[in-house]
Amino acid sequence: MRLKENKLVNFIIAFFIIFGLWQVIAMVINKPLFPPPYAIIINIFTTFKSDIAIHVIYSFNRIIVGLLFTLAVGVPVGIIMGYFKKVDSIFTPIIYFNYPIPKIALLPIVMLIFGLGDLTKIIMIFLITFFPVVVNIRDEVKNIPEEVFYSMYSLGATNFQIIKEIIFPGILKALLTSLRIGIGTAISVLFFTENFGTEYGMGYFIMDSWMRINYIQMYSGIVILSIIGLFFFIITDVLEGIFCPWR
Amino acid sequence: MIQVNNLNVCYNKHGKYTKVIEDINLTVKKGEICAIIGPSGGGKSTLLKVLAGIIIDYKGEVLIDGVAVNPKTHRIGLIPQNYGLVKWKTVEQNIFLSSKIKDGKNNIDIDFYEKLLKELKLKDFVKRFPSELSGGQMQRVSMARALLLKPNVLLMDESFSALDAMTREDVQKMFLEVWQAHKVTTILVTHDIKEAIYLAKDIAVISSSPGNIVEVINNPLFGRINSEVDLEYIHIKNKLRKILKGDRQE
Repeated sequence: MRLKENKLVNFIIAFFIIFGLWQVIAMVINKPLFPPPYAIIINIFTTFKSDIAIHVIYSFNRIIVGLLFTLAVGVPVGIIMGYFKKVDSIFTPIIYFNYPIPKIALLPIVMLIFGLGDLTKIIMIFLITFFPVVVNIRDEVKNIPEEVFYSMYSLGATNFQIIKEIIFPGILKALLTSLRIGIGTAISVLFFTENFGTEYGMGYFIMDSWMRINYIQMYSGIVILSIIGLFFFIITDVLEGIFCPWR
Repeated sequence: MIQVNNLNVCYNKHGKYTKVIEDINLTVKKGEICAIIGPSGGGKSTLLKVLAGIIIDYKGEVLIDGVAVNPKTHRIGLIPQNYGLVKWKTVEQNIFLSSKIKDGKNNIDIDFYEKLLKELKLKDFVKRFPSELSGGQMQRVSMARALLLKPNVLLMDESFSALDAMTREDVQKMFLEVWQAHKVTTILVTHDIKEAIYLAKDIAVISSSPGNIVEVINNPLFGRINSEVDLEYIHIKNKLRKILKGDRQE
């Protein structure tokens, strides 16, 4: 999906539908547990700078570093697996074996090894997003038609040249798709991990507001979290428009 | 000049050896076109892959200008089946790709490139992507890419077979014109008798599994348009048919 295919109008309509429904349900339920959206929006505007901004920065930072980590390791591994059949046959069982493990269950171990700080959160994002990225990139490399490689072989191209000229530009689309999936997962994981060993981050902010029975603040956090997601999704759409004009 | 002496190729599939090419001998003189014609699955493409340096596991001798074929030393222009264009590169980037890999980004012969664009009528498409081109246009891009390399040999694998009849004739004519201008030694694999008679000076008939060259026919009608009405054409066509059929009956 490219950015220009998403019309701004549709975003605004979506916004109004969600908030309209929310408003109606809030009015029916009429309990502090489910505050109306306008109260939340007002709250966001009044307290963003003083209370929320610092948490946003922390979460943002963890998501970006975690995903960069995933790309830096996952993309080369995916390319090598897709291109070299022997490497693929060795690595695939390892990847398939580790992919289904619920990484959240490893949180205690990761905390034990990497401490309670930022690194643990980043590693958790990495662990969860790494496998789908590798599998996705590998399959995309395998999907490149053989004829394309034939011309390269007959030119005496080196593996490096083939990867640089053919494979890397060819997988950018798949890379952005896996990034989109990764972003969604990263944000949900982050929410969980930020409940431990930190006093900053949207996860902490939401849970803390909940504990203090400050429901308006809690919902503000949830809305902000979805805006963070939206921001990242828009960025990937912009990147796709720039790097994949051939679609 | 291309020389193939006692070429044997085996495929190893699931531990079982299958002979695809048996004792092929073939010589194509410098600056000539040789067509290899035969039934599908007869080892035509395999022979081409050996010549292109894609298959390196073979027995026998394959020489280009007297030296054993090697993609690193020889300049091999390959036009694969389905054109082998990179769909995430523009026409221009696709055409540059071969020279860029062989000679480096800064050594692309831009004047020659412009000339080829003109000859193959590609000027208006350079900024487009392959998905925005017709089959005939893609075929011409693939040709330009191979020729920009200034190859020692040009190898074409069923290059025209995916085109519709009208486009095919146009592109074949254009190919001959460009070929006349540059005289690259060419091997053309095809299953179309008419195409072989129109485009090749020598026609080598290959038998099917294992592939073996049955006969090489000299073709006096090479390059002649509308030769179908010629008596000679019917004669050669019947001869080729007979060889091809005879092979099938064996």
